[in-house]
Amino acid sequence: MLTFTFRRILLSIPTLLFIALVIFGLLELSPGDPMAEMPLTIPPEVQEKMRIALGLDLPWYVRFFLWLYQFFIVEPQVLFDHWFGTSFAEGKQRILSFQSRSPVMDIIVERLPQTLWVVGMSYVVGVLLAIPIGVISAYKQYSIFDQIGTLISMIGFSVPTFFSGVLLIGIFSVGMDPDSFFWLPSIYDTTHKVTDWASFGFQIRQMAMPVFVLALFNAAQVSRYMRAAMLDNLNQDYVRTARAKGMSERVVVLRHVLRNSMIPVITVIALGVPSVFGGAIITEQVFKVNGLGQQLITSIHASDIPMVMTLTFIFAILIVVFNLIADILYGIFDPRIRYD
Amino acid sequence: MNLRSVLLGAVACAAFAPAAFAERGSDGQLNIIYWQAPSILNPYLSGGTKDVQSSSMIIEPLARHDETGAMVPFLAAEIPTVENGGVSADLTSITWKLREGLLWSDGTPVTSADVVFTAQYCMDPAGGCAQLAKFEGVSTVEAVDDLTIKVTFTGPKPYPYLAFVGAQSPIIQKAQFEACLGAAAATCTDANFGPIGTGPFVVTEFKTNDVIQMAANPNYRDPAKPAFATVTFKGGGDAEGAGRAVLETGEFDYAWNLQLAPDVIEAMEAAGKGVRVSAFGTLVERIEINMTDPSSALAEGERSTVAHPHPFLSDPVVRSALSMAIDRNLLVEVGYGAAGRPTCNLVPAPAIYASDNTGCFTQDIEGAKAALEAAGYVDSNGDGVREKDGVELRMLYQTSTNAVRQDFQALIKDWWEQIGVAVELRNIDASVFFGGDAGSPDTFQKFYADVEMYANNFEGADPEAYLAAYTCDKIPSPATQWQGENINRVCDPAYEALLAQLGTTADLAERGRIARELNDMLTVNSNIIIPLVDRGANSAHANSLGGVLLNTWDSELWNVADWYRIK
Repeated sequence: MLTFTFRRILLSIPTLLFIALVIFGLLELSPGDPMAEMPLTIPPEVQEKMRIALGLDLPWYVRFFLWLYQFFIVEPQVLFDHWFGTSFAEGKQRILSFQSRSPVMDIIVERLPQTLWVVGMSYVVGVLLAIPIGVISAYKQYSIFDQIGTLISMIGFSVPTFFSGVLLIGIFSVGMDPDSFFWLPSIYDTTHKVTDWASFGFQIRQMAMPVFVLALFNAAQVSRYMRAAMLDNLNQDYVRTARAKGMSERVVVLRHVLRNSMIPVITVIALGVPSVFGGAIITEQVFKVNGLGQQLITSIHASDIPMVMTLTFIFAILIVVFNLIADILYGIFDPRIRYD
Repeated sequence: MNLRSVLLGAVACAAFAPAAFAERGSDGQLNIIYWQAPSILNPYLSGGTKDVQSSSMIIEPLARHDETGAMVPFLAAEIPTVENGGVSADLTSITWKLREGLLWSDGTPVTSADVVFTAQYCMDPAGGCAQLAKFEGVSTVEAVDDLTIKVTFTGPKPYPYLAFVGAQSPIIQKAQFEACLGAAAATCTDANFGPIGTGPFVVTEFKTNDVIQMAANPNYRDPAKPAFATVTFKGGGDAEGAGRAVLETGEFDYAWNLQLAPDVIEAMEAAGKGVRVSAFGTLVERIEINMTDPSSALAEGERSTVAHPHPFLSDPVVRSALSMAIDRNLLVEVGYGAAGRPTCNLVPAPAIYASDNTGCFTQDIEGAKAALEAAGYVDSNGDGVREKDGVELRMLYQTSTNAVRQDFQALIKDWWEQIGVAVELRNIDASVFFGGDAGSPDTFQKFYADVEMYANNFEGADPEAYLAAYTCDKIPSPATQWQGENINRVCDPAYEALLAQLGTTADLAERGRIARELNDMLTVNSNIIIPLVDRGANSAHANSLGGVLLNTWDSELWNVADWYRIK
């Protein structure tokens, strides 16, 4: 298992370098200009000088290797300095955003908390809801519960978040009296700090709507997978054997069937985790959560190449890592699977 | 806090209520929302409107324009003019005097050295300063004494109020930015995110592309201002969400630039939590005519260049017919409502520079048809498209992707087809259309289309630089990497002669007359530019927010120090 993991990690290095080159190439070839957001009142000669100040006059391969150097050498040094108080990165150029002229990594670190809180929480809530719903729906197939579960997941699948989000704002922010208990803020306050119970309560309130919208979507997906996997296993011979041995339904369902059904579901859940870090572009925009998803979309609009490049590359790393984790989890859940 | 102290506090508040008006920080919290989030608080490194306007609460110029377009001194003691001796008689220098006793928010005095440094910062060749055009023609900026600054120009400058005037050109603190000159500008993240200023507020927390937290500046020059103690400046989302937060949910006090369909915004206003405010400036939505041939039959490097005049748009009769066919009142009604008005001018304001053309307001389809007929453009083959000498009137009409613009395209296409001109529509993503990528065929400068539509304006209250865009040497071409502001590729010696005259005239009335004539040469006389709508600024504020004076000549937040809570 360890050799397998080690081999996979080694293999992922050329994969990631290739991904970096492809992302850079795509950004390079796509039309768009960091000066496009500047007002037309800034004359073209001045815009040209601004482009040169951003380093856009250098050939593409110089910028690509500079980025690689900054990403793999300078940024880890900065992190090391930050942890141990050393000064390896002193005077070295970090990856700077075109829009804000500040280090890209600092912006990502600043935004990660709200993305993890909102998108991560919705993922956790979604999964926690989806597993029991999937199990019960499968065990009592075609019952009222199953029908309702199917209906809700169809709604979660087919209603886009920009609709359900605005609908909730219409009901809970515009429709409710601001003094009532059910009023919820439509704009997420990213500067809010949880210090006591009252501020914790506010945090819950402002997370309620975005988390609900996203959790509905996540739960819809995972519960369908869970239900299908359970149905596959419930008709297997080993289940009949377990029942024949006189085991209780509880043991049959939860210990035998559930554990076997989790294998495909675990993959789906693990492979969904990188998307948590990617943020939820539309939901973040609707509720102004201003996490990583919102950062990515504004950076794409502004042709902020270093920011888009770094963010997408980090997502690529996460996808590779969670693929590996999913593969390792197979081995743990199913002793028959061995890689060595 | 127990009940007793709450009650005591309430009593104290009630007792001091009449006096609260004149006390700094007495009105608590102010919430502002811009649906484009500020990225940086240094307008010299970013010309983006969101960045310029947010920074205007913190750093200030020597003078600003007020809501009427008139200049008012901010850090300067008075506006220098030829009459008061501030501007030299030969118009080659201007001498500014700072107010006495000004302090930066960190408590240190503001001196002429800071102003000189600001010029040095922006004029550094390696810095990539976004506001370099403000310093065009400046030869030296020197400190005469602690409070006096003399700006010398390379030649006579009839309008010397560009550098250090307006939200785009504020004074920054030398001590803070000293290490940030030239190429080092980008390394000063802390300074760029939290400039020390003289404005009514100071930054307490800045999250780029997200939110700014501000507090009242303890060293602000007016001890009674600002009325608000803290400000949250939130960015992001879309115009609809921002409008909703002010007009419907009441979570925010001020929302900027609500580019929404007139019926949407009216429905929001009906909730009764806030009001919409609009004001008109110089932003004109227009159709630009390509005077050169964009035909794809021409070789790359030949398309849309002066070597090939346009086969039919170089004929003034056709251009005039295109303008006559448009119903500008309907366009305003569909696209902008109260935030727009029809215009026939490129320079719609200030009053002294604005021509009184109104002839284009009435649509005249029959007149346009007759004019084309008389000039020999007839539909001889019965396909609904007129032609002359074998050239059919077929046009490509491009603009950026934007709901209002696509509505305009559809309406105008219909009118033009009624007069026998075939129109093909195209829309391009704004980041490509307005991006200056010389390799892309889709930029507005390259103009690989017959007509295109967008909006443009000028900063401040003087149109000279704006009108100077239409000279022969500013035509975008392969030789200039397609850079250049003369999008129409117009080249008229009479226009340039008159423009040169404007450049040497200091008398305001005479400047107005020349500017109006230049405007007419490009619009009503030749229809090289077909102005459509004079677009106003459209913002909204809560009913309880007082003191808002919407200003299109400077930052919308120019007088935020005077804002207060209506009790």
